[in-house]
Amino acid sequence: MQVQSMFFKQNASAKLNDAVLQRNMQKAKGKFVDGRAKAVSEVENWEAIRTHAAALRDKCLANLDAYLLEFEANATRRGAVVHWAETASEACDIIVRIAKENGVKKATKSKSMVSEEVNLNERLEAAGIQPIETDLGEYILQLAGEPPSHIVAPAVHKSKEQVADLFEAAHHKPRLTDIPAMTREAREALRDHFLTADMGISGANFIIAETGTTLTVTNEGNADMVTTVPRIHCVITGVEKVIPTLEDFATLIRLLPRSAVGQTIANYLTLTTGTKMPGDQDGPEQMHIVLVDAGRTKFVGTDMQEMLRCIRCGACMNHCPVYQNVGGHAYGWVYPGPMGSILTPTYVGIENAGDLPNAATFCGECQVVCPVKIPLPDLMRKLRERQHDMRLRPWSERLPMALWAFAARRPGLYALLSRLGARFASWLGGKDKLIHALPGIDGWTQGRDMPAPEGRTFRELYAQKRGAR
Amino acid sequence: MSARDNILARIRRQQGRSGPTTAEEMALVRANIREHAIGPQPNAARAADSLALFKSECARLLTTVAEVDESAVPGEVARYLDSANLGKEVAGWSEYSQWSWEAAGIHYAARAANKDDTTGFTGCFCAIAETGTLLLLSSPERPKLNALLPETHICVVPKSRIVRTMEEAFALVRAEVGEPPRAMFFASGPSRTADIEQTIVIGAHGPYRVHVILT
Repeated sequence: MQVQSMFFKQNASAKLNDAVLQRNMQKAKGKFVDGRAKAVSEVENWEAIRTHAAALRDKCLANLDAYLLEFEANATRRGAVVHWAETASEACDIIVRIAKENGVKKATKSKSMVSEEVNLNERLEAAGIQPIETDLGEYILQLAGEPPSHIVAPAVHKSKEQVADLFEAAHHKPRLTDIPAMTREAREALRDHFLTADMGISGANFIIAETGTTLTVTNEGNADMVTTVPRIHCVITGVEKVIPTLEDFATLIRLLPRSAVGQTIANYLTLTTGTKMPGDQDGPEQMHIVLVDAGRTKFVGTDMQEMLRCIRCGACMNHCPVYQNVGGHAYGWVYPGPMGSILTPTYVGIENAGDLPNAATFCGECQVVCPVKIPLPDLMRKLRERQHDMRLRPWSERLPMALWAFAARRPGLYALLSRLGARFASWLGGKDKLIHALPGIDGWTQGRDMPAPEGRTFRELYAQKRGAR
Repeated sequence: MSARDNILARIRRQQGRSGPTTAEEMALVRANIREHAIGPQPNAARAADSLALFKSECARLLTTVAEVDESAVPGEVARYLDSANLGKEVAGWSEYSQWSWEAAGIHYAARAANKDDTTGFTGCFCAIAETGTLLLLSSPERPKLNALLPETHICVVPKSRIVRTMEEAFALVRAEVGEPPRAMFFASGPSRTADIEQTIVIGAHGPYRVHVILT
């Protein structure tokens, strides 16, 4: 997916004025938030499970090289071929080469955000290989020629009417608007593809060092077809996805579906280890696992390594007041919301995504709901500091910050200036005590008025109370 | 330098380690793995009555449950198919082909399911009470497609094969099978999607109905 994150402000404004998107986002909001809250409330030791999960992710990241080598050794022993890709383009090269060497014409795919990241579909098409997205949301977006706007519910920005138009054009059948009937039509359209594809491409929610296992978590059952039926199975996933044991997966799967969509368990967990065994009636003859870096190792060993704990549940975006209003496309790359505001600047360069760490109210809800306790607001703050140090923020922001810092270190001056400032703001407020336009920073008052300060300042009141005592 | 070497070297450099991964580090990681540390489990999963828990979790997933003697399974399959107005053709695992299907009016085909089959019949390796989950392991005689392709999946589960948690299921795999087979398939209820307007629809690419028969 091409990076558009440098246009966040323009895109966000456009999305705020998009009536259809606004209606679709409002509908989705309550379902994710309420669903998670209910599911989490049923687990009395949720906190203990979160703490254990965060620690096990950290344990793995602290010896990431050794866990990856252990995974590689076990996967190889079971007949899989492990490939390593430093960049997005290398990852695509590897998969396209495997497809060409094996005469692959058609590849079914289950949802993989890494494949979105590296533009895999585009590269497969250019090589004459037909990629078929089989997750319903991804299928809708492939018909629409759009990128996902959410990592769990990729087509959350679409209304059923928009989907109905796409299905009518693609399936050449009468237009349906009944959601179960539309779902059945898509099932039937995809059935033959499942059974005739030469290659299946899946992501991996986790890879397990102990056994060399890769695994997918779905509700639809599509990943099971993709990993079972075709003669070649290709897994594309990030190097940070490795976990030590099957027991660790049991811990993480208590958190993932509850955090993502409020389910106690996802309907299908498919753990695949190596190739078809002698006598098996199903399963691939070749299994390839592509471990992708593409920016992930930039976090390793830094003060932002916690970001690599992420298990891609989407709870941070579901609960983010910014995401809820602008939707995923405004963020301009694969990963939206708070997690994206940290991943995108790190993966594609902070100079290409400077607005993202600033697209937050710092309400802290993302950190509260994160199942692996990633301190998302802290990490965004670190990126803001980095931007400031690299002089990537405009002078209109740096100069006032410098002036504020100068004053803040001089209490007397600060008291004087804040008193003057409060009086000035009070005068600006006029009779209705509302500031309609702030001089120089009118962006803040474009869609709302700012209440003018009234009466005396906190310092004045404090001094008075101390005096009275 | 290969991509592999570069990635591993970068990880080590950033963590302040030099040279390739050492034997001691690999030994530490393997020792960690061998511990198979179990994390905190929800209280509900530790319930004494795992059968009751399994049944109530199945109900939440919209999996229907019946309890009969093993000899009565074909009759229960017939009753269920009738109650749902479904045909009597069943594609099932060969190990159950000797059961008295014909007497129950069922046409039982012992083979892997194909796209035209309407009902698939399977057993399972074990079932997990905490989440109402069926665990199927791949093996030559137990094709997973019977649980996946047909619109109806019927699964026979001996009550003795219900474990409480996923950790117990993995321990059972290690004890009885050893290394994991090619596929471990955890199925919990019928397939579903909410990709159109977050409206939950039962029946996506997998079955629309899952019926568990406890014996």
